[in-house]
Amino acid sequence: MSGLLAFLADHTIRNVVAGATLLGVVSGVLGSFAVLRRQSLLGDTLSHAALPGICLGFLIAGTRDLPSILAGALATSVLAALAMLALTRWSRLKTDAGLGISLSVFFALGVVLLTYIQGTGAAGQGGLDSFLFGQAAAMLRSDLWIMAGLTGFSVLLVAALWKEFKLVAFDPVFAATLGLPVAVLEATLTAAIALAVVVGLQMVGVVLMAAMVIAPAVAARQWTKRLGPMVMLAAAFGMASGVAGALASAGARGLATGPLIVLAASAIVLVSILLAPGRGVLWGALRRRRDRRALGESQVLATLHALTTHHGDPDYLSEQGMIDTYHGLATRGTLARLRAGGWVRAVRHLPHEGRHWELTPAGRERARRILADPRAEAGTEPGIDRDGGGA
Amino acid sequence: MLQELLLDIPLTIMATGALVGTAATLVGVFLVLRGNSMLSDAISHSIVFGIVLVWLLTRQQSGPVQILGAALAGVLTVFLTELLARTRRVKDDAAIGLVFPALFSTGVLLLNVYARDIHLDVHAVLLGEIGFVWLDTVTVASLDVPRALVWMAAAAAANGAFVVLFFKELKLSTFDRDLAAALGFAPAALSYALLTLTSTTAVAAFDAVGAVLFIAFVIVPPSAAYLLTDRLTHMLAIGIAISVASSVLGYHAAVLLDVSIGGMMAVVTGLFLLAAFLFGPRYGVVARSWKLLGQRRVNESRLLALYLHDRGGGPQGAVAAALRDRLRWDAGKTAAVIRRSRRLGLVAPEGEVLRLTEQGRRAALELLEPWNAG
Repeated sequence: MSGLLAFLADHTIRNVVAGATLLGVVSGVLGSFAVLRRQSLLGDTLSHAALPGICLGFLIAGTRDLPSILAGALATSVLAALAMLALTRWSRLKTDAGLGISLSVFFALGVVLLTYIQGTGAAGQGGLDSFLFGQAAAMLRSDLWIMAGLTGFSVLLVAALWKEFKLVAFDPVFAATLGLPVAVLEATLTAAIALAVVVGLQMVGVVLMAAMVIAPAVAARQWTKRLGPMVMLAAAFGMASGVAGALASAGARGLATGPLIVLAASAIVLVSILLAPGRGVLWGALRRRRDRRALGESQVLATLHALTTHHGDPDYLSEQGMIDTYHGLATRGTLARLRAGGWVRAVRHLPHEGRHWELTPAGRERARRILADPRAEAGTEPGIDRDGGGA
Repeated sequence: MLQELLLDIPLTIMATGALVGTAATLVGVFLVLRGNSMLSDAISHSIVFGIVLVWLLTRQQSGPVQILGAALAGVLTVFLTELLARTRRVKDDAAIGLVFPALFSTGVLLLNVYARDIHLDVHAVLLGEIGFVWLDTVTVASLDVPRALVWMAAAAAANGAFVVLFFKELKLSTFDRDLAAALGFAPAALSYALLTLTSTTAVAAFDAVGAVLFIAFVIVPPSAAYLLTDRLTHMLAIGIAISVASSVLGYHAAVLLDVSIGGMMAVVTGLFLLAAFLFGPRYGVVARSWKLLGQRRVNESRLLALYLHDRGGGPQGAVAAALRDRLRWDAGKTAAVIRRSRRLGLVAPEGEVLRLTEQGRRAALELLEPWNAG
């Protein structure tokens, strides 16, 4: 315990945890809007496009000066977003091509500038590599204040324009009919995502920042239907994965911080997609299985009942083969379950004949209920997924 | 003679770049037309995981088995993305953005852990080392050939053969997937074949251009070509031409500035795209603005013809004043419209009076009584 306290008291560790917390908040909050507006991959383009800006900031400042590097990163990210918009609006290229072109050409430009800086042999250039995959340990206290300022600004922006952003995210056409400046609001949100990318550069790096925009938001969406809780949860998930990844990276030297944070976030997504109540894939699968079984039981019971009424004999013994003829060979399991539930009895009719089935009084009663109202019996939910539309 | 060419360093580098571009364009054209070109982004990141894993298992980094093995990681990405999207909890684009970072992160961490044993470093993963392809040669038919050149040639040949053999099927399933499915062309299988080839090409190109620059070669030349032509065959040819030109120009620019060769090649593809976007003959921004301007001017002259047709002509000064009042045209514009209309032969001055010519009368009637036109 004292070892853990000493670990947490360590100066670097405190910096790292604080940085990871800020990263989680900003990427979770803004990522929620990006994912809801179906602009998940925009984060990918914006983060790759930060690389030339980082290099330009370095070239202009002449040293690894964080404010100028982040300003450069923000500038080229926004420029890449504008280039993507221009390409898709004024030519016949589709969104995917626009995103891919902006991403790859801006990144290539960054690579060119990076090698140019290496060629000049300027002092402190080694630090630029850490922006590729993130290196939390390289963060300074002064860097934290900048990150905190940007995060605070983004969160305040979202809080101030909450209603407007919400409307633009869910129903931009309605927002436009209300007279809201939809284009301006969308541009603001896009610029804010660029801001989030910039905040994450030191922790996660340009290549993987995209995942931090998407993963916490997707995970949060699994647990709630409401925007407010979703944004809060996304921030919490972002913080958790940021802190977990950053601590792991600080504990084991030589492991890049970005990939660890991303893996932590991916784990949260996996758990949320499988297990979240309501929207969890696992629960959906279990529900479908239950419904399928209930339907099978109803069908077999109804058939047995129909056979007894058809023969005018309530104690009519139905041959297994006959039931199979109606419903296929899959009835064995269904019949076994019905028998265990006390709805049917297995009997032998004649020694040389196969197994026969007979309705118990309870089974007869249930079959009548099914025939009176088939819906009441066929499981609690229909077999289709009601909330399938995703975010 | 041939041996000298094969060991000529600048030539090998440019040839490798050109082959990367050619192979990437052959698959990229279809990805761009299908609107899922961002899958190449996912694939090229994920193969890092495949390459590291295959290397850990076999301690080999090149060879057909290694290339195919690593390419499986790319196909796995596509499969996982579709699986995730099919749960309907996540949209397609978010699914892409969830799967590849996870695989890429795992690959990078494995690289970190085994950094001492593997000659790959994180830098090379992103940037590639096309400048050093000539260092690593293999002997083919008693000639020393750079290894990357051999594999890129093989990848380009495989992609070329695929496109030629399945041209009809690819074309149909790209432009009308439903019809292709109805006719029994198995568009899903074809799509997976295409993405498998994208993946193998990405692995083959990995040493030369790295994970991210490969995306530029897949998406940018086909997109530029798409802005220049409406025909699939022309799009393929123009895309390949742009790739080859970018490799040559990019190499020389990079040497001149002493910067990353692969990066510069990718930047030059971007310049070609910009040129096509701005100056494309039919879809370029300039051409379309010019056409729009021309149409607007013709419409202004027609408006003048309509006015004069109603009035049967009038003193020039009065006509100009009327246009100013009614259409809010300023004096300069009014004068320009009258001048252009005279040049078009729609109006002619008779002393002080501006009159509609016979041609101008017909132009006005075409608008007023379209049923009598022609």
